[in-house]
Amino acid sequence: MLYREAGDFKTTYRADQQTFPIRSERYLFWAAMAVAFLVVPFFINSYWEKSVLVPLLIWSLVALGLNILTGYCGQVSLGTGGFMAVGAFACYKLMTSFPDMPIIFVVLASGGVTALVGTMFGLPSLRIKGFYLAVATLAAQFFLVWIFNKFPWFYNYSASGQITAPERTILGVAVTGPNAPSWATYLLCLSFVFVLAWVARNLTRGRIGRAWMAIRDMDIAAEIIGVEPLRTKLSAFAVSSFYIGTAGALFFSVYLGAAEVTEAFGIEKSFLALFMVIIGGLGSILGSFLGAAFLVLMPVALKNLFVGTLGWPTDVATHIQIMLIGGLIVFFLIVEPHGLAQLWRLTKEKLRLWPFPY
Amino acid sequence: MNVHAARQGVFGAARSEDGIARGEPLLVVDNISLAFGGVKAITDVSFDIVKGEIRAIIGPNGAGKTSMLNVINGFYHPQQGTITFRGRSRRRMQPHEAAMQGIARTFQNIALFKGMTTLDNIMTGRITLMKRNMLWQALWHGPAEAEEIAHREAVERIIDFLEIEHIRKVPVGRLPYGLQKRVELGRALAAEPALLLLDEPMAGMNLEEKEDMSRFILDVNRDYGTTIALIEHDMGVVMDLSDRVVVLDYGRKIGDGTPDEVRNNQAVIDAYLGVAHD
Ligand SMILES: Nc1ncnc2c1ncn2[C@@H]1O[C@H](COP(=O)(O)OP(=O)(O)OP(=O)(O)O)[C@@H](O)[C@H]1O
Ligand SMILES: [Mg+2]
Repeated sequence: MLYREAGDFKTTYRADQQTFPIRSERYLFWAAMAVAFLVVPFFINSYWEKSVLVPLLIWSLVALGLNILTGYCGQVSLGTGGFMAVGAFACYKLMTSFPDMPIIFVVLASGGVTALVGTMFGLPSLRIKGFYLAVATLAAQFFLVWIFNKFPWFYNYSASGQITAPERTILGVAVTGPNAPSWATYLLCLSFVFVLAWVARNLTRGRIGRAWMAIRDMDIAAEIIGVEPLRTKLSAFAVSSFYIGTAGALFFSVYLGAAEVTEAFGIEKSFLALFMVIIGGLGSILGSFLGAAFLVLMPVALKNLFVGTLGWPTDVATHIQIMLIGGLIVFFLIVEPHGLAQLWRLTKEKLRLWPFPY
Repeated sequence: MNVHAARQGVFGAARSEDGIARGEPLLVVDNISLAFGGVKAITDVSFDIVKGEIRAIIGPNGAGKTSMLNVINGFYHPQQGTITFRGRSRRRMQPHEAAMQGIARTFQNIALFKGMTTLDNIMTGRITLMKRNMLWQALWHGPAEAEEIAHREAVERIIDFLEIEHIRKVPVGRLPYGLQKRVELGRALAAEPALLLLDEPMAGMNLEEKEDMSRFILDVNRDYGTTIALIEHDMGVVMDLSDRVVVLDYGRKIGDGTPDEVRNNQAVIDAYLGVAHD
């Protein structure tokens, strides 16, 4: 079916407000979802799970969370790694303290704990903006990592300082621990991402999303219209941290299995997440996914190319890969500052007019 | 546009149950003084705005007109004096509280949300009228969507009224100046305000755009009974539109009355002709 708007008239406001207003786009989306949920689980192996799909899903969730705060509400944050750590440690403490609690609740509750912590660290945003706020969130990053190192209670006094996820099952199938099958961890993450992306879309298209964007675009005018700055900013911090905390919990329990805080949730994770939303597109749900895909898949692809195909030594390949990705980020910022999501929009506009561009 | 449809919903009765009859004071400004460090922006100014009128605030550059609006909607806090709006007095309040009480405004320098579309900007104007909490919003289907559609209908009536249907989905940053001013008026109207503050809504417009804007202002006032305070430099416009005029000069009130009274007031003539202060 061709990509066309013609004959696809909107007669109600309801239809006009839907997520995929163009019919062919809607079909494409649901077809992709059908493949993701019904086909991929039958073919997934451990390599695709661990190197590609699960990290892609978890990082999409992180990027979504950060995009809500930075892209929609305009509050720059460099505390993402720290908030992921809060999610991970909340998950660990809940799993070990309440062994009977279903894992889905544990992950959601970890998001809830992170939302509380994130809201607290969001309080300064009422007074400080932009660069200064970024520095304040950077302090949060270091503070949180320090706290999880400093107090052995957080890692249950384990000798290594590591936290390790015990096995948990859903309907008898393991989803955490070394025995969890690839399809199960993949489906669990996919379900979380599917639901939370849908929620993010709903929040951003309605009253709350407009309040966030109003604060982002002109906070003084927003306040004069009746947007409460404190509540609005804190709600963005809360929702964003919920997403990042949920992702942190999955990252630890489903993906890593065992984690040491400095290594797993250091400052480079905060930067990675920020690059994702910038490259993908600030203030775009789709952009969060595109940015995460770019930064998760690109290293894998480059590594396969350099080490697999060209046979370079691993360390050389790693360095070149880091340089290349850095270069690509700069290139992107110059060529398309609005990110991959904007490129996609422009392509669609062209496609809509194709083959008669005028 | 469909006046009857508009009458029922938008600009409707949502905020007018305050028991104040037409012609009675809606807003009383009493002895307001405001200074920034050593600069006295407003000195001992008192006036009122009665329900249903168009009240112009005029004066030379730097007279304190914008500062006055900023005091009225809680953006500046005066050192002295009180504001009584709909019978409730206050000295200090936050801008969003003023919005909740039914004061909406436009700005001298356009203050739209540049990254958002015309539609979203005007929808944001209804933020104080929308009630569904975050959980309903997260679910969307059901109450949140119903609320969104109801408000969308109201906003579409404003869009029709202001004749900006063609730019509904355009990010406002891309619009020409005159249209941005119109969208900003739409955003203020969307709040269904009891008092609408307009800070130089026609500045920088050509004659045709000014005529359109004048027509919108008169229609809002006549058809929906919205009380309006208007700052404007174009005397022709002021004389045509306003019921009463306050004149400020160097932060003081130097005239107050009907356009004719003000036009013949010697102090006002002096201020405008730049007669030296003693
Ligand atoms: N935030 C502020 N800080 C310091 N001084 C201010 C501030 N706002 C206004 N002023 C001063 O108060 C005085 C009145 O300014 P205001 O903007 O109210 O004038 P105006 O009548 O709106 O003028 P115009 O016709 O040029 O818009 C000016 O001297 C101005 O410099
Ligand atoms: Mg002014």
